[in-house]
Amino acid sequence: MSAAAEQAWVRQAKAQSALSKLFDWKPFLVVMCMLPAVGLLMVFLTYPLGLGIWLAFTDTTIGRSGRWVGLENFEYMLEDPIWWNAVFFSVFYTGIATIGKFGLGLWLALLLNNHLPFKSMLRAIILLPWIVPTVLTAIAFWWIYNPQFSIISWIFIELGLRETNIDFINTAWPARWSLIGANIWRGIPFVAISLLAGLQTISPSLYEAALLDGSTGWQRFRYITFPMLLPILAIVMTFSIIFTFTDFQLVYAITRGGPVNSTHLLATLAFQRGIPGGQLGEGAAIAVSMIPFLVFATLFSYFALARRKWQQGESND
Amino acid sequence: MATVDIRQVYKNFGSTKILHGVSVAIEDGQFVVLVGPSGCGKSTLLRMLAGLENITGGEIAIGGRVVNNVPPKDRDIAMVFQNYALYPHMTVFQNMAFSMKLAGAPKEVMEREVQKAAKILGLGDLLHRFPRQLSGGQRQRVAMGRAIVRNPQVFLFDEPLSNLDAKLRVQMRSEIKELHQRLKVTTVYVTHDQIEAMTMADLIVVMNHGRIEQAGAPLELYDRPANLFVAGFIGSPAMNMIEGRIEGGAFQGPGGVAWPLPAGAPSSGEVVYGIRPEHLRLDPNGLEGVVNVLEPTGSETQVVMHVGGAHLLGAFRERITTRHGEVLRVSPDPALIHLFDKATGQRL
Repeated sequence: MSAAAEQAWVRQAKAQSALSKLFDWKPFLVVMCMLPAVGLLMVFLTYPLGLGIWLAFTDTTIGRSGRWVGLENFEYMLEDPIWWNAVFFSVFYTGIATIGKFGLGLWLALLLNNHLPFKSMLRAIILLPWIVPTVLTAIAFWWIYNPQFSIISWIFIELGLRETNIDFINTAWPARWSLIGANIWRGIPFVAISLLAGLQTISPSLYEAALLDGSTGWQRFRYITFPMLLPILAIVMTFSIIFTFTDFQLVYAITRGGPVNSTHLLATLAFQRGIPGGQLGEGAAIAVSMIPFLVFATLFSYFALARRKWQQGESND
Repeated sequence: MATVDIRQVYKNFGSTKILHGVSVAIEDGQFVVLVGPSGCGKSTLLRMLAGLENITGGEIAIGGRVVNNVPPKDRDIAMVFQNYALYPHMTVFQNMAFSMKLAGAPKEVMEREVQKAAKILGLGDLLHRFPRQLSGGQRQRVAMGRAIVRNPQVFLFDEPLSNLDAKLRVQMRSEIKELHQRLKVTTVYVTHDQIEAMTMADLIVVMNHGRIEQAGAPLELYDRPANLFVAGFIGSPAMNMIEGRIEGGAFQGPGGVAWPLPAGAPSSGEVVYGIRPEHLRLDPNGLEGVVNVLEPTGSETQVVMHVGGAHLLGAFRERITTRHGEVLRVSPDPALIHLFDKATGQRL
């Protein structure tokens, strides 16, 4: 055996190519890694938002690029009773629907957190309203609320509780409540499943300890379940408020904002003015007017989500 | 304070039988340790005492009152959980005062009782911390404080030390024992650690496969284990067990080695010969053992050796310098030999 073969094999250092050197250079690498995300955000978020805000200060209509008109659109908007009506209904819709979704969603989550037969099947069924595309939900409800063919009216009449069909969506207040009902129905699964996930993180031994400490069922909810669920409740509520406030599909598909503009949300009104109405500048101004409300909701989440004191400190458990 | 009577208790989870007729009589003020390998039903029995599991058959009485159908809160017991089950969103004070708050106790009473318990456990400075801000040992103390505050008739502990590191475990062990001596409350303590059982208990109940193997005082279990399971479970390092038969006035172990027998041993039969490592002594006229591994710990030396075909572990106070492969002569103390029936595993 030769002396060279007896020596341990040593890996030869290989000269780095220029490209490889470039990718080893940190500033270049950082830019390359961030480019896809930044690019997507710029094209699909920043540009449309910027364009929307710009349009809000112009008198653009479809087919004619506009001139800068300053705050004129907003001045007009503030004197417009339809806009005020939309503001009122957006807030009302969001408020009532959120209360309904969280009340029923929490109740459902608590039920599902018990040992039930066919538990996983029940959970899957509960997710259904959320899986179905919103427009399909809307069409289904449009039929349910139909003045002539409504199944609810039919049931009431068959049971002898009413003599005539119920007027769901052709007068202002029934239409508003009907839309809120549809939104609650659609929103419950998201709330219920999220809160169920939160409930399942609560250790069963806490309930056992509370049981030994002499608590009643209500006390266990009030002192254990609710406070421990609050952090996740705050997150889910923030999302829910934002989604409900910016809702468009359900309302537009069922009532188109009618009757007589009584069920316009800010989003549907903005679309109505901008696209079918052709007043792009005005529509954009209405859309921009949603921003303060959303900022408020985000701030709410920022403060509500702030880590509570009991969550801080070492987590060596 | 109260007696606890467990009479012929059965427990099934569906078709799985967990406990097969367990009976224990616990005297007032006794410290009882339920010990056994995992899955032996000891925790289930404790949870049945607490009322967290229902009783399939038999009776449990606390202070003479049958509690089978009494809800947990009315049993007058307090429990310390393995994971402590402290309410993470409440301060130490609120955790300890929770049961009184639920009962609608006035503020002064809560303050007084919590301060009293905090003083016993040295938690005075921590009352306004949250559980997350405490160390493992402190959390353990808070869990005990929560139990003390309730002033129960019986304390239940479910493996309370298993989440602590070895050093803290030894410290908390003596703290719990001290607490018991001070409060003199009947205590039922579940553990899988036989050292905890030996050091803390007035009465040890050794359980296996849902049955009681033996119940008795710690040293009684050590000196006279009723069967092979208890013999192997109690004592550390574990007892040497050698299978063979008694013939011609000696025990014939593997490899044709004749071992000495204690006085009053049966004259023949298939047996298991048990000798604790610490009951072997160095003896120039003893059995010939070939040293395999030597483990000096300072206070003693443990030697693994082969005697005939049998593995034998010895623990000696002497410092031994014999090396691997060399011969060490040892002999068992005849008075401390245990003989068990090979077929039944029962003590002879």
